[in-house]
Amino acid sequence: MTARSDASVPAPAVNDRSTEALLPQLVQHLRQNRTVLREEWARRITDARLLTAMTPEEIFSEATAVYDNYVEVLETGSVEALQEYARDLSERIIPRGVETEEVLGIVLLLRDVLARSLFEKYQSDFELFKSVLDAYEPAANRIASTVGVGFVQERERVIRQQQEAIRELSTPVLQVRERLLILPMIGVLDGQRARQLTEQLLGAIRTNRAKVVVIDVTGVPGIDSTVANHLVQTVEACRLMGASVIITGLSSEIALTLVTIGVDLSMMTAVGDLQGGIEEAERMLGYEPRPARGSYRQPMT
Amino acid sequence: MTTEQVVPIGSADDIVIAREAGRDLAGRLGFSLTDVTMIATAISEVSRNMTSYAGKGELRLYVESRNRRSVLVVEAVDQGPGIEQIERAMQDGYSTSGGLGLGLPGARRLMDEFEIRSEDGVGTTVVMRKWAPPGV
Amino acid sequence: MPIPILKQGSFLIATIQSAMSDSDAQLLQDELMQQVGRVRATGIIVDVTALNVMDSFAGRTLRTIAHMTRLRGADTVIVGIQPEVAFAMVQLGLTFEDIHTALDLEEGLAHLNRRTVSGGSADDH
Repeated sequence: MTARSDASVPAPAVNDRSTEALLPQLVQHLRQNRTVLREEWARRITDARLLTAMTPEEIFSEATAVYDNYVEVLETGSVEALQEYARDLSERIIPRGVETEEVLGIVLLLRDVLARSLFEKYQSDFELFKSVLDAYEPAANRIASTVGVGFVQERERVIRQQQEAIRELSTPVLQVRERLLILPMIGVLDGQRARQLTEQLLGAIRTNRAKVVVIDVTGVPGIDSTVANHLVQTVEACRLMGASVIITGLSSEIALTLVTIGVDLSMMTAVGDLQGGIEEAERMLGYEPRPARGSYRQPMT
Repeated sequence: MTTEQVVPIGSADDIVIAREAGRDLAGRLGFSLTDVTMIATAISEVSRNMTSYAGKGELRLYVESRNRRSVLVVEAVDQGPGIEQIERAMQDGYSTSGGLGLGLPGARRLMDEFEIRSEDGVGTTVVMRKWAPPGV
Repeated sequence: MPIPILKQGSFLIATIQSAMSDSDAQLLQDELMQQVGRVRATGIIVDVTALNVMDSFAGRTLRTIAHMTRLRGADTVIVGIQPEVAFAMVQLGLTFEDIHTALDLEEGLAHLNRRTVSGGSADDH
């Protein structure tokens, strides 16, 4: 079937039922009826108890923006514009506490509302209606899936950022005196975490111009050779930046075991407990060691 | 896989070019500064290795896509004499050309994946990969 | 690109740029060796604050500089290794155990001043 119509004329020749010819026609219909359809959609959203985190006014205002964008994407079929739209939408509604199922829900509801509207218009000619659906469905489905995927990806990104922030907060590098940093290590260390701690520590050495670092490993259960090697590497990297390292909380039994399995501890200064380590550090820096105050033995939370 | 860049390595000056190309690409892929530095260092070592053993070769940079994440691929290809005993060359401290012997083992530690194929009289190919952070 | 070397008292301060080629490194080594003898320097600071990659060749060169100038009676301090460079160096296996390192120029000078009796020029005539 060839399209006999001029491309700029929205209404196709009567017999032209190709997607290229029908899509502009149904887009025009959806635009002409936008007010009615938008209201219908907003009503169905409320009935389905979606977007409960938003007020009716907010829902309506978002519905307007979403509706127009939806029809626009139907018309142009542009994937880039669609992805950007999905990202933009996600960025705006995630902070408002909207859930994934709500986003998918409202997009699918809009698809339904528009489909029914098309049915009303074309129901007298079933063959024509089927052609209209052939034009509409792939486009509408692509929109739904792109929006869904876009939302999920944005959520994952936000979650990662939050995890990152939590990680940064949960092991602070503490500056207790000028040029002296303490890193209390707490919890199980996997490779990634250990690496992150080292990076944070090295950055802190530069920021604080630290000359001595006390790393307390009392709170690390199970110091095996992997953890020990991370520690050795951390010590070496600190030294390259001109900082001396004192390790505290490493029992002599563990130290002996590590040496036996071949971990080179010769470059490390180890002191029994954190208090002792801080005093040693202060001595190295030329401070008068302060008298023991409260309990340095508890890990600082 | 897209070929992003090919840097001919013929002299020590080319090593700097290869490093900078690697830094540039890694930066665009969203790697942290630490990762960028590790990648550039690894590139420097394998490129240097090529000039030591083979005299010249090529350093190729690609980006692969796996599970929605980008992977930076570094390939060092030469048509040199081949590394007769790869296992020995992969041990720290081994070197026949008077170097520190850190090159290949060091590069392996710096990257996430590392493979090396070498054939006497044919040449050597080193392929290294590092996974970019997700969500870029 | 030649690496600038300044004289401060009886110390020499070499400031390395962000990218150092092998020939830059070699030139630096030769220059420093020459100048150490000529000005009777008692200390050398190599400032790598701007250096974005330290590979095995650069490390080897710095080590050679430190060893050879030591034979001429000068102490060498490498200053300004950045966090990400330090991290990569350790992964690579470059440890600089036998070379003194300091956080920055200020610390490096403080170290050299502690080591030498005076910071003044050791001129004979």
